[in-house]
Amino acid sequence: MKFSLEWLKYFLETEASVAEVSAALNRVGLEVEGIEDPADRLAGFTVAEVLTARPHPDADKLQVLTVSTGNGDALQVVCGAPNARAGMKGVLGLPGAKVPANGLELRKSAIRGVESNGMMCSTRELELGDDHAGIIELPDDAPVGASFAEYHGSSPVFDVAITPNRPDCMGVEGIARDLAAAGLGTFKPFAAEAVAGTFACPIEIRTDDPEGCPAFYGRVVRGVTNGSSPEWMQQRLIAAGQRPISALVDITNYMMLAFGRPAHAYDLAKLNGAVVARRAKDGEQVLALNEKTYTLDSEMTVIADDSGVHDIAGIMGGEHSGVYEKTTDVLLEIAYFDPERIGQTGRKLGLASDARTRFERGVDPAFLDDGLEILTALILRICGGEASEVVRAGSPPSEPTVVAYDPALAEKLGGVAISEDEQRATLAALDFEVTADWQVTAPLRRHDIEGPADIVEEVVRIHGLDNIESVALPRTDGVARPTATSEQVMERRVRRAAAAAGLNEAVTWSFISEKEAAAVAPRDHWPWVLENPISEDLKVMRPSLLPGLLSAVQRNLDRGAQSVRLFEIGRRYLADGEHPTLVCVLAGERAARSWQGGKAQDFDAYDAKAICLELLEAAGAPVGNLMVMGEAGDVYHPGQSATLRLGPKKQIASFGMIHPATLKAFDIDVPVAAVGIHLDAIPAKKGGGAFARTAYAPPALQSVVRDFAFLLDAGVPAGDLLRAVNGADKTNIVDARVFDDFRGTGVPEGKKSLAIEVTLQPREESYKEADLKAISDAIVASAAKVGAELRG
Amino acid sequence: MDTAAIGSEARSSIGAAQSLDEIEKLRVAYLGKQGSISALLKTLGGMTPDERKEEGPKIHALREEVTAALGARKAELEQAELEQRLAAETLDLSLPAPETPKGSIHPVSQVMDELAEIFADMGFAVATGPEIEDDWHNFAALNMPESHPARAMHDTFYFPQAAGETGANEALDRAGSSARMLLRTHTSPVQVRTMKAQGAPIRIIAPGRVYRSDSDATHTPMFHQVEGLVIDKGIHLGHLKWTLETFLKAFFEREDIVLRLRPSYFPFTEPSVEADVGFAIENGRRVLGGSGDEPGHGWMELLGSGMVNRRVIEMSGLDPDEWQGFAFGVGVDRLAMLKYGMDDLRAFFDGDVRWLRHYGFSPFDQPTLSAGVGARA
Repeated sequence: MKFSLEWLKYFLETEASVAEVSAALNRVGLEVEGIEDPADRLAGFTVAEVLTARPHPDADKLQVLTVSTGNGDALQVVCGAPNARAGMKGVLGLPGAKVPANGLELRKSAIRGVESNGMMCSTRELELGDDHAGIIELPDDAPVGASFAEYHGSSPVFDVAITPNRPDCMGVEGIARDLAAAGLGTFKPFAAEAVAGTFACPIEIRTDDPEGCPAFYGRVVRGVTNGSSPEWMQQRLIAAGQRPISALVDITNYMMLAFGRPAHAYDLAKLNGAVVARRAKDGEQVLALNEKTYTLDSEMTVIADDSGVHDIAGIMGGEHSGVYEKTTDVLLEIAYFDPERIGQTGRKLGLASDARTRFERGVDPAFLDDGLEILTALILRICGGEASEVVRAGSPPSEPTVVAYDPALAEKLGGVAISEDEQRATLAALDFEVTADWQVTAPLRRHDIEGPADIVEEVVRIHGLDNIESVALPRTDGVARPTATSEQVMERRVRRAAAAAGLNEAVTWSFISEKEAAAVAPRDHWPWVLENPISEDLKVMRPSLLPGLLSAVQRNLDRGAQSVRLFEIGRRYLADGEHPTLVCVLAGERAARSWQGGKAQDFDAYDAKAICLELLEAAGAPVGNLMVMGEAGDVYHPGQSATLRLGPKKQIASFGMIHPATLKAFDIDVPVAAVGIHLDAIPAKKGGGAFARTAYAPPALQSVVRDFAFLLDAGVPAGDLLRAVNGADKTNIVDARVFDDFRGTGVPEGKKSLAIEVTLQPREESYKEADLKAISDAIVASAAKVGAELRG
Repeated sequence: MDTAAIGSEARSSIGAAQSLDEIEKLRVAYLGKQGSISALLKTLGGMTPDERKEEGPKIHALREEVTAALGARKAELEQAELEQRLAAETLDLSLPAPETPKGSIHPVSQVMDELAEIFADMGFAVATGPEIEDDWHNFAALNMPESHPARAMHDTFYFPQAAGETGANEALDRAGSSARMLLRTHTSPVQVRTMKAQGAPIRIIAPGRVYRSDSDATHTPMFHQVEGLVIDKGIHLGHLKWTLETFLKAFFEREDIVLRLRPSYFPFTEPSVEADVGFAIENGRRVLGGSGDEPGHGWMELLGSGMVNRRVIEMSGLDPDEWQGFAFGVGVDRLAMLKYGMDDLRAFFDGDVRWLRHYGFSPFDQPTLSAGVGARA
């Protein structure tokens, strides 16, 4: 909320500077978001006297003035205002000054051939009001040569963020109270004086919804003149960001901003019968002051009469019964509405207002009578008229919160020792009552006070958080234990392994579009669809990380990238929960065209396999036990993809080329290889905790390499043959590696020839011919089980 | 031929030899079994002792001379041949070598690793929780019942009612809360989950993705937060202040980080404290350090924190008369931007490889206490 220093000083006697006030506001928890000094905007504008005025020789509507600023020679100024005349005092903008209304810098210039040394200004040009009919006329006693800002009395404006727990500071008076408690000056509460009614209130006021509107006070003022509000009030409202409208409207706004107390004024002539606070009827409509029509329901409280709804209670008045310039009789309403009800109604209608903000956070239940008296007094003073007696329907909550407080708690919770005397003084300054045995009664306006911790907050914030000393957290004794879980350590290792393998880590949105989701998974695989997405593109909680990465690939390709290697570690959101997952995409060129390698080479499924295994190894997965199987899913090329499983049912990864149809859905026209690893499916490493490795000494004898070539059905996976070969002799065979896959001349149709290099490791003594023969026979026999025969 | 004639012929033919082949042929011709010098040696047997005394040394000298000459010429030719081969093998090493792709770690991950390291030194573990949360953990258990005005400050993404019922997360229907599922608006529900799951004492940080329906130059609907929670006996605001100071100094690796604590309001803490950090403008960029009150400096709002509200402790199943503590929350993306100088939050989530390479980190920039948790440019 915004307020001027001048207004603050109305409630606070202080000599503090703007900087001191600002620091104090921050210190007590009223965060200063900005300070604006209108004097800055009025720099270069001076009180001046017009000495002479004669017609411009070349323009009918212009005059040539000589103007005195009190020192030096009089200045010649060309002016178009009809009211400019010799002897008047006004505001002169000197060359160099910036006109607040349009930001133009004034310069010495020639207007129709006559030199002009500045500009006489209108109210609108200085943004002090709407008048632009002529230049500002200042009283005769205005001191010529004085800075206009100083003369005008413009005051710096504070913009302060009020937290939702402090509706009592949504008025200048409340802010002054807090600042006074913090030692910035003396609080000057506004003393309301009762205005005696001279006639009985001519209209019935009632609350039929004591839950939503526990109290509805009102009175009539008749015979008012709704002109414009006085200058001092307008200045304060303008400073607070409110446009002056009419005296009656300005006065209710003034009440709200000065005292945090929304009130409403109805044009009595437009009311019919009793004015009642009641529940709205389902489907009932009201045209509000913002010129929008709202449809209400029976959970909302309204103010209505026989002809219909006139006010969405505590949120916004109705267009038809509001005051206007011809209003002569008004009904004033000061009510207490249930904060929860106001909040619900406001949320349901999607309607925000200054009144709602205050009512839903809680206005001062003890300020109905005083508020009404102040409101009446202001109207009588400004608009004239005659007030009726006050009618009070219902009563506001009056049960204060009493907290059994222990002053030692300030140190125990707040970490700062504050004397009991100081605590008492602080609480008293904030209007709390404290008994000798520390029963603390909070003022009714402090809805936020619930328990002892809230009292600690009051005394600590007024004492100043700056006075809290830092105290180190005690270190736990003993050897530092790792704080990361095994899953976290695994994730860190995999992440850095992926980057070390040349991939760039991306972070993409957790939500994707329905179209993207549908491109990678059937509808029942993405159960989490937002009800209120920020856009259709960010709507479905991703069932896979692939769409986000493929979209990123597409954007990169559009920007001219030839080769994109991305990975992301994040969650998939499925019906059974959130699953940590790693996905890599390799798009376009593995190697660019080069003077060595010739044409560019695209990524293929084996690149994906290599990265997949490397990352699984880094994750500590039992890579040697994994089976390469099919069924990688529809996003993949059916013939160039596979899954890695620990058992037929336990898939931990998939890899391969992305299906051309999937690529098309993402507008990608280069091949993409991908890897997906289900991080939560990788079994935790066994034997964790021991640092010592199993015993090992490198064998003393040299290993022996033997080559075999097998002929087998082209459809048999090489992996099956390798497994058979490896399994032929587990003591001697330490490695078996395919080094050729040949089909064609010399190999029958439907067959292939696989050449395998087998490494044998002798243990105790070197192999003899017979040993090698036995091993070879075992290998050939084992290979035969998968239908492979040794080539002659 | 006599010794002298053979000698002069050998000298000239060896000197004229142009290849290793020729050298070999000459060796055979002179020194081989059928060679002319070998033949001369054989004549020694038929000589008188006097003749032998005279001719013997000459022939032997000749043999040694020819052997040496052959060796020398051979070495010369070998050297020339090597030089020729090397000359032919010359490469243009200004040509580019095969490129190895450079991977990178995303700044968010890097900063999260840094935070884990800094807080591990203070005894904090890393905790996690679901991003698809129920209303109770995200709001009600944090002292924000349905009607709480503070909820308006969280622009919450909701799932339709049915999603909660079929979803895996437990459907909850507790006082002050609907069973509705939503995207967590902050990492604070992890506080509640940790207290419930492990009891006190607690020292954790909880980094992760959070979501708010907000999008402009400085807000994205998804961003990252890190939550801190300490629950123990006798923990007070002084400990909070020390922890925040220690953390920020360690993170920015500056001794001159100055904190300004301001009273504020969060439903789940009481008292609530917002922490501002002083900064200076250097080369048009905000650089943390120094008091915000110094001329040309300012204060930047960075962290929300406070003493955990006793209601939250209670709702999380602990006895608030026995245990108390503090909590804080801060934007991870924001910390990354302040430390490493990015200025556009949206770029974090775009996956532009140029940006990732520029602002990303080497996998070997693993934050460690001994090497410094930060990675310098």
